[in-house]
Amino acid sequence: MDFLSEHQPQLLPGNRQLPPTQGVIEAPHGTTIVAATFPGGVVLAGDRRATMGNVIAQRDIEKVFPTDEYSAVGIAGTAGLAVEMVKLFQLELEHFEKVEGAQLSLEGKANRLSTMIRSNLGMAMQGLAVVPLFAGYDVDRDKGRIFSYDVTGGRSEEHGYAATGSGSIFARGSMKKLYREDLTEEQATTLVVQALYDAADDDSATGGPDPARRIYPIVTVITEDGFRRLTEDEAGETSHAVLEHRLRQPDGPRAALL
Amino acid sequence: MSTPFYVSPQQAMADRAEYARKGIARGRSLVVMQYADGIVFVGENPSRALHKFSEIYDRIGFAAAGKYNEYENLRIGGVRYADLRGYTYDRDDVTARGLANVYAQTLGTIFSSAAEKPYEVELVVAEVGETPEGDQIYRLPHDGSIVDEHGSVAVGGNAEQISNFLDQRHRDGMTLAEALKLAVQALSRDTNGSEREIPAERLEVAVLDRTRPQKRKFKRIVGRQLARLLQADGATSAAEAEAEAEGEGSEDEE
Repeated sequence: MDFLSEHQPQLLPGNRQLPPTQGVIEAPHGTTIVAATFPGGVVLAGDRRATMGNVIAQRDIEKVFPTDEYSAVGIAGTAGLAVEMVKLFQLELEHFEKVEGAQLSLEGKANRLSTMIRSNLGMAMQGLAVVPLFAGYDVDRDKGRIFSYDVTGGRSEEHGYAATGSGSIFARGSMKKLYREDLTEEQATTLVVQALYDAADDDSATGGPDPARRIYPIVTVITEDGFRRLTEDEAGETSHAVLEHRLRQPDGPRAALL
Repeated sequence: MSTPFYVSPQQAMADRAEYARKGIARGRSLVVMQYADGIVFVGENPSRALHKFSEIYDRIGFAAAGKYNEYENLRIGGVRYADLRGYTYDRDDVTARGLANVYAQTLGTIFSSAAEKPYEVELVVAEVGETPEGDQIYRLPHDGSIVDEHGSVAVGGNAEQISNFLDQRHRDGMTLAEALKLAVQALSRDTNGSEREIPAERLEVAVLDRTRPQKRKFKRIVGRQLARLLQADGATSAAEAEAEAEGEGSEDEE
């Protein structure tokens, strides 16, 4: 945000002087984010756990945010920095839209996020990394698209499905076996909940659905009609369906061998 | 070296005001009006690219008459002010009153600074509240004063006559279709009292609609939706048109 850097540079995350530190700074970290495309849109979902070392810092953190009408971002990494980055990113998209009278293209948004992550590289080197997953509906191409990032701001478009965060390896493995190209919106939401369950199953930093406290993953859908977050009840229903099934088959649905 | 003529401050200010007023009067008038579900902006604007109305923030809209480059400059300044405020503090801390004050300061400084020519613009800053009582409309003339308006306000060339016309006919709780028609009626009256037709393509219409589920309440009304609202007569068809307008709203949003 060029205007901000001229007028109030202290508000920009990248312009802060960092005190030299030794060892790892303890701060809450967000964990697993998953996304999958389906014909007509994309789903983006995240678990609800934030961890600080071996402690669960928060059980019901929200890590998936709408950035504008047709895009959303899910964050893994240092929660405080990530939330600030998302806020600035939301602001920037809205500001551009109001000043220019038109929305940025999805590629443009993805590039912008890339620059913002790169500006955080100094902090990332000290262990305060932010690695988001960006998903949106491309109005020009009429399809959902997913972009993943690394700590240096490197951007790559993912086809089909993607995951980020500590549980991403397990979530990716799960989606690899379950993903198909002709999923419906409902199947896609079930797919991401399954993937998050598998991530929570094998990664201690990822939280599974918590029926006792009624804390369920945040599931969002972006289609031609814009951004929509599944209500607590809808997300609960999907989670319960998955849980129910896992009571009989703890490892989840089986893919065919050949 | 020649000695400059003495010009009394009164005369200098009167000349500047005259200059600004003439500039504003050359532009077409526009109307900002309360209706049951919010605030509607109506103006005659042959251009589809250069807007007279714009969104500033969640609940705040902006309307301007006069010179395009000058009010566009002020509009972008307003968007920056609002976005910066909202980012530094909270979205709720951006208010029309604060914004109107900033505009008044800017316009006032420019108006009384001898080095610059006064801006030939007249602005309206409106904020839609949770209820009609919470609505705020501020009119900012070229000299940096602020006028707190209620019900309806007109700015631009023919403003006085249009305001009188509207004051007599505007009432609280009008539907969008009724308010729109009244505004168009007011705008189509010429200075000499004769009426002319303004086709829908030459109208620029926008609303701040408090019933919108999104945070951002500003919406432009264009194309078929506008034509339908203009045609609607009677309470039932107006309600229908509004219901349809709601449905179409999401499509038209880009």
